[in-house]
Amino acid sequence: MPELSHDFEHAAVKALGNQQLRTNFRRVMTGLMNKRAAQFPDPDELQALRSRGKSIKDRALAKLPDLLVQLEQNLIANGIQVHWAESVDEGNRIILDILRKANAKSLIKGKSMVSEEMHFNHFLEENNIRALESDLGEYIIQLAGEGPSHIVMPAIHKNKGEIGKLFQEKIDGQGYTDDPDELTAAARRVLRQMFANADAGFSGVNFAAADTGSLVLMSNEGNGRMSTHLPSMHIALMGIEKVIERLEDVGPLISLACRSATGQPITTYVNVISGPRKAGEKDGPKEVHLVILDNGRTRIYDDPQLREGLRCIRCAACMNHCPVYTRIGGHAYQYTYPGPIGEILNPQMQGIEKAGDVLHASSLCGRCAEVCPVKIPLVDLIVRLRRESIRPSADAVKGGGSRKSGMENVIWFGWKTMYANPLFYRWGTWWLRKIGNLMPAGLPLLKQWTSVRSKPQFASRSIYDLARERGIRDE
Amino acid sequence: MPMSKNPLPGRPDTVYYFPTCLVDLFYPEAGMAGIELLKRAGTTVVMPGQQSCCGQPARNCGYYEEARSVARAQLAAFPKNWPIVVPSGSCAGMMKTHYPELFKGMPELPQVQAFCDRVFELTWFLVHVMDIKLVDKGEPVRVTWHGSCHSMREMGVVEEPKDLLRSLSNVTLVEADYEKECCGFGGTFSVRLPEISAAMVTDKVNNIVATGATQVVSGDMGCMMNISGAMKKAKAPVKGRHIAEFLLERIGRGDA
Amino acid sequence: MSNARSAILERLRKAPKKPVPDLAPWSPYKTTTEQPLDRFRRLMGAVKGEIIDTKRADLAETLRKVLADKQAKNLLYAPNTEIGRTIDAAWATEPGPQLVAYDKPMEELKSLMINDIDAGITSTMGAIADTGSLIVWPSAEEPRLMSLVPPIHIAVLEASKMYDSFSEAVGKLGWNKKPPGNTLLISGPSKTADIEGILCFGVHGPKQLVIILITD
Repeated sequence: MPELSHDFEHAAVKALGNQQLRTNFRRVMTGLMNKRAAQFPDPDELQALRSRGKSIKDRALAKLPDLLVQLEQNLIANGIQVHWAESVDEGNRIILDILRKANAKSLIKGKSMVSEEMHFNHFLEENNIRALESDLGEYIIQLAGEGPSHIVMPAIHKNKGEIGKLFQEKIDGQGYTDDPDELTAAARRVLRQMFANADAGFSGVNFAAADTGSLVLMSNEGNGRMSTHLPSMHIALMGIEKVIERLEDVGPLISLACRSATGQPITTYVNVISGPRKAGEKDGPKEVHLVILDNGRTRIYDDPQLREGLRCIRCAACMNHCPVYTRIGGHAYQYTYPGPIGEILNPQMQGIEKAGDVLHASSLCGRCAEVCPVKIPLVDLIVRLRRESIRPSADAVKGGGSRKSGMENVIWFGWKTMYANPLFYRWGTWWLRKIGNLMPAGLPLLKQWTSVRSKPQFASRSIYDLARERGIRDE
Repeated sequence: MPMSKNPLPGRPDTVYYFPTCLVDLFYPEAGMAGIELLKRAGTTVVMPGQQSCCGQPARNCGYYEEARSVARAQLAAFPKNWPIVVPSGSCAGMMKTHYPELFKGMPELPQVQAFCDRVFELTWFLVHVMDIKLVDKGEPVRVTWHGSCHSMREMGVVEEPKDLLRSLSNVTLVEADYEKECCGFGGTFSVRLPEISAAMVTDKVNNIVATGATQVVSGDMGCMMNISGAMKKAKAPVKGRHIAEFLLERIGRGDA
Repeated sequence: MSNARSAILERLRKAPKKPVPDLAPWSPYKTTTEQPLDRFRRLMGAVKGEIIDTKRADLAETLRKVLADKQAKNLLYAPNTEIGRTIDAAWATEPGPQLVAYDKPMEELKSLMINDIDAGITSTMGAIADTGSLIVWPSAEEPRLMSLVPPIHIAVLEASKMYDSFSEAVGKLGWNKKPPGNTLLISGPSKTADIEGILCFGVHGPKQLVIILITD
């Protein structure tokens, strides 16, 4: 039996003990759920829009290799340079080369979850290039030396007092305040100079339109625009699944993403980038690069069922609505993506042997799939991956089968023997009724159950006996 | 006049009953109450003794082969073309929505699909197929509802049980905060990640207690075992009931 | 071409094929009970975009009032546009707050723009009623940073250029033909909720968005 990693459980239990953290998450997630609900007053409109979003992404995925080629052609025609990376290492090296060639020493970043996958900031620091986050939430956690706890609101685990202290400590000349407006103004002051002085700008990509060769970025703060308009070079990074057929399709996808994520009709800025500064233009980056990253996505794509996870538009509705995420926050999930979408992506990207414990961080309540704007069957995918973790089908998932357990096999064999055979079921339940209530509460499983619950009592008689007595037909 | 949701040609003369293994082992009287309600609504109930469990625990853990073996035993236990009524949205959801996945690509899939189409959740069946009318004979009481996740999200049963409760003249139904949030049971989840499950059920109990209700009613004994167990341990002044048992008590057990 | 490119494409091509589904039927917002301009006003107001109605002939005077209200001591403007020429003409007869022309490359104006400009004025291509968004297409005459860097963005919108939805705007503007290097939807001033989910305005982009709506 392999040694299982218990990182997730340890981190989750630690997070549960942090009352402040639980209160923060509960309050904010409840607010987000209410705001989303208010955005979708008409259930028919919501379902029609979700179906549209799903079909846009399914079409794009069905034509993925062709669309990537079309996107590349149109980007190049627009003057944008395109690079491909199979792995995190390759992606990092490509970007480092671009920066070195331009003699760039500093990089100002817009928000990008794919760069978190690549541990990109750390890599650049090691290579003496300063990468500064400019999204307020990302800036806060970068100052604190932490990772994001939510994919849309990365610093949501911190309260304003903690942020006030952090700013006082890390920003020259900044006194303590816990006023969010003053804290925001302080970040604006610092980052404006960085935007002006950085050698290069960096961003993620929300959607890439193949028909026009455009990169579409959503942002509320404007940092996504500052990072891509001010520095003389812009490097964008995206996973292969971000491409869609037509610019026009961005409309319903943005509507779905913004309403599902934060309950707003649209983000303040939708920034469509279709080329660098042209001759005669007075601003904009002189070079625009796009790095297209695989990092395990082609393997996900290879399985028709698991492929459904690639529809994700990173709105975070699944985590906002997850009763587990709400109680433990994002850091407990250990790897890049928290919440239900992380339960799907992390084990596939990192391998089940490393990140498979998170597959059990779900009661399978189905709230995530119910709210997913592109109808990803998150719960079914979690169960599928649980299966892959013990009984792999072909080579579907990295580390498939690594969670096999002899003990569990024995338990489920016993269970099957009892429940698949009516006679054994009667005998087994007869014995349970006789002796079940004598089992001490300290037994494994029962011990966990009784930590906050009383011991369940086996009934003295079977429903089948009662029914026979009361004249119910058995046939 | 809303369109009838009954997929059957009318009220069936006979139905099968699948009480679930949990009800058999721990709450047989709740299961019997479901049978009684079906009889009162005007149908004959047949409960095959060859059945056991829907197979959900194994399927949810990824042990499809074991789940399939157990599912096969259920397929064999209900041979006639009668509706199969289940006093649990979760077990019904397993049979109706996940059996096809277990038998995907296998020759018996068409029979499995036909079986799935016959599976109904009890309260939905009482409302839409049997068109049951209840006359409340009980004392005034304040209750709250816990909808099970699978009942709501796999079986689409959301308002039916609450409508039944609302139809009782002396019953005041109050909604708890986070009513539609999972209670933290999740089968093996409750013992695999006991601390998270405990946090969820503790919040659930606090929200139930805050309603001032003296009873919490649910259509799933899995959730109820979790919630009642936590209420009992916390000495909360609320009693947990299966909706069938609660309804039967309100309309009078003795009346035919 | 790189190995990564061919390896990625090859793996995708070898993967099991799935049918290409039709786009599910869905219609973007259409004028039903709420008129497009009313919807635009409501949604823009909800995100703190200010809208001031005026006639074409009164543009310069309205702008003067806005600048005075906001106590802007200067204005970044594009001299070679219709709006720019209107401002020049008006300021020639009666000077207003200092005009700063965006008439040279960003590199020469960067420090001034970042530190000392109070307001910037741009045209728009129209607006979208569905989401309450301005359509802004920066150009050589009216560059990208004008609607971004100054703390106050003043946008001139003609009421006649109101589109129901993004889809409609894409079609009618030929957005999907050969789009300029940068095109934008702007829906209110810059904002964040990254601290405890509390809404704050003016993080990196403008703190205020004033829309001068030309109604004739």
